[in-house]
Amino acid sequence: MRCCRVVGPLWAAAKHPAFASRPLFVVQPLDEHGKDTGASFVAIDHVQAGVGDQVLVLTEGNGVRQILAMGDQVPIRSMIVGIVDAVDMASGAGEGGRA
Amino acid sequence: MYLGIVKGTVVAERKSAGLEGKKLLLVQPIDDQHRPTGDLQAAVDTVQAGEGDLVYLVGSREAALALEPWFVPVDAAIVGIVDGMDVKR
Repeated sequence: MRCCRVVGPLWAAAKHPAFASRPLFVVQPLDEHGKDTGASFVAIDHVQAGVGDQVLVLTEGNGVRQILAMGDQVPIRSMIVGIVDAVDMASGAGEGGRA
Repeated sequence: MYLGIVKGTVVAERKSAGLEGKKLLLVQPIDDQHRPTGDLQAAVDTVQAGEGDLVYLVGSREAALALEPWFVPVDAAIVGIVDGMDVKR
């Protein structure tokens, strides 16, 4: 999973049926200090996240299929699965990369 | 999933089984600020997208799951045409 910030909603009328009535958001990956890192991407929302929230994003399709329980043919890879309240870093850790 | 801009079409007469009749488009992956995030890629289209459209795609194994039949050799599929974004930076 990735720690991300919700950047904003995205609308699409023409979409694959698996996405019907699922909120879509642009999310921006964050580093351990809460700064933007890497390219933003698109995720469906499963936890009523809001714009600006720091969230946990699942980026793997099998977990998404287990959560949605819509069968084996769900072409969705990224899903917001948690809202982050706090991140604690041990002092000095995280300077040289990811734990 | 990720954003992209449709740049063109790809025509391939000889294709693997399962890809017959599938429309292939050339897509530039971008972020929400429309900055390119990698090289152009060929993606199969499931939503009748066209050149210049802002779309979102799904990659890897899930791309094949967007197709019928789904056990086909693709790793990028256009699964939506973006009408609008409200991004706050």
